Amino acid sequence: MISAESIAARPWIWSFLGALMVWLASIAFTGGYGAGGMITAALSLAVFMVIVGIGQMFVITLGPGNVDLSLPANIGLASAVAMKVMGGSDAMVPIGLAAALGSGAAIGAANYLLIRALRIPPIIATLSASFIVQSIDISYGRGLQIKPPPGFADFTNLQIAGIPVLAILTLIFTIVASLVLHRTVYGRSVAAIGQNPRAASLAGIKVGRVRFLTYTLCGLLGGLNGALLAGYFRGANVDIGNEYLLASIAVVVIGGTSVAGGKANVPGIWGAALFLVLLLTMLNTFGVSAGIRLVLTGLVIVAIITASGRRIRV
Amino acid sequence: MADLDVESRTRRLTTLMGVAPRRLLRSMLPALSLVLIMIGIAWLNPRAISYFGFTLMLNLAIPIALATIAQMFIMTGNDLDLSIGTFVGFVGCITATWLREAPLIGALSLIAAVAVYAALGALIHLRSLPSIVVTLGMSFVWQGLAILLLPKPGGSAPDWLLQLMGLKPPWIPFPIVAAIIIAAVAHLGLMRTSYGAILRGSGGNPQAIRRAGWSLLKAKVTLYTLAGLFGVASGMALIGTTTSADANIGNGYTLLSIAGVILGGGEFIGGRVSPVGAVLGALTLALAASPLLTFMRIPPDWQVAANGAILIIVLAARALLSRQEA
Repeated sequence: MISAESIAARPWIWSFLGALMVWLASIAFTGGYGAGGMITAALSLAVFMVIVGIGQMFVITLGPGNVDLSLPANIGLASAVAMKVMGGSDAMVPIGLAAALGSGAAIGAANYLLIRALRIPPIIATLSASFIVQSIDISYGRGLQIKPPPGFADFTNLQIAGIPVLAILTLIFTIVASLVLHRTVYGRSVAAIGQNPRAASLAGIKVGRVRFLTYTLCGLLGGLNGALLAGYFRGANVDIGNEYLLASIAVVVIGGTSVAGGKANVPGIWGAALFLVLLLTMLNTFGVSAGIRLVLTGLVIVAIITASGRRIRV
Repeated sequence: MADLDVESRTRRLTTLMGVAPRRLLRSMLPALSLVLIMIGIAWLNPRAISYFGFTLMLNLAIPIALATIAQMFIMTGNDLDLSIGTFVGFVGCITATWLREAPLIGALSLIAAVAVYAALGALIHLRSLPSIVVTLGMSFVWQGLAILLLPKPGGSAPDWLLQLMGLKPPWIPFPIVAAIIIAAVAHLGLMRTSYGAILRGSGGNPQAIRRAGWSLLKAKVTLYTLAGLFGVASGMALIGTTTSADANIGNGYTLLSIAGVILGGGEFIGGRVSPVGAVLGALTLALAASPLLTFMRIPPDWQVAANGAILIIVLAARALLSRQEA
């Protein structure tokens, strides 16, 4: 019973167990064939979910109703900005990356200004913003067929002993994010605001500034993700970020972060991202149709949230 | 709250005497924004303001209004349904295939779909689950089922549905008649009945409702069942208008329905919703989505942005009015 309790206290362990189980199921199906390749592929794709997942995690931790729905549009625009500024030349890679980060951060800041100025729920503010960003992207990225600079594309696909370099860098970034969350004034402030904004404010936390920073940070990570995705998939695309709306929320919640805010979990995001990617890999290996794959993915998300659900509504 | 009817009446009285004109203005905002959009359309293309003009422009307003009311029921209980769009698409696929070829199976599967909604309400309440995540998962399920049912766009609407949606009542265009009926039914049910007050109370002050001896579980299940019913109606109305289906046909409705409720004066928490406002919000969105923009010669690239801008302008107006009120 002690082990059951310790697992219950760390809901993110489930996501790693789940990832392990679907991986074992797929290699049992293939008879051990492609076991390593599966992990390499899963790591490469999980990276993108982890990057936006961490941004979304900070936002969700701010408390009930805080969520960034503008991430897909943000990612799409950043991918176009990065490709246009880089213009296929390796020399422009740092400037292109900076431009993509700037575009993302600007969208995040604009999100917070809408929330603040209109005093409307973040869901609807980021939704409205995403409509506008989407249009900017459609107009700006129309017919855009610029390939990423060869050096940048190679870098996003680079592997060392079967482990993608991006995954290693993202792991380091995750550790930094974890330290920021648990060891810095900013990170503690985010959690405090999520637990009780009024108490946080009375304790002298500059609530407005922390929320502004958090939305900007989330936007910035969306921008980074857009640039990296364009490099990895060799081209920008309006729809490149579409799946990251659901994915970013799903990895945060499956990873054990409280939707009610105030309680974040960084390692769980890795487990959840690997789990979701491996689940898709497993269903692909089984050769099921797109429809069944969607139904099963949905049922698994509902089952996980039901299993990890707490009885007390916060 | 229905019990506050007296208060709202006195409030209305004071507003008439000019004590709180801003509050009146605020409650009129949904209607006002619709009128503004209509004036815009009339100014740009006077011929659009006619029986046939409205029939054409508001064609898709009926399914949007029904989906918005479905979302409104979920929001009454402080939840959010991110799956209503794919659910509408799924219902559309059933309507265009089974309901035409095997009406009994079609009807049974639609009833089963509503039962799933009721079960989700019970699950969300009993396990205290975040509705956003559960419905997020369900959006995959409905989409998957729709793709299994109709891998390629196709199917066709049952004849009786086509006839219903193609009705041409005298004087008033059918979409407007339908909108009035939808608003009236939802308004009477949620705002004028005693159980409607309990339903809104389950979002506004669940503790009080529970202590008064009402079952919160039953309230949540009722809200989700109603949302399922209106979602089914929306999917059927959509297919009655478009005549054939596609697994992705309803995907945009999730965001449209949330925006419609908010435009109509509803709020995310506290059981504060307005059925009439929600229908007005849906009509505003339906008109703003394409007719207005086409007449304004806004390039297709920027139509989505115009929708976002309209949302922001209305919300800004509301925020301005509330601030001065306080």
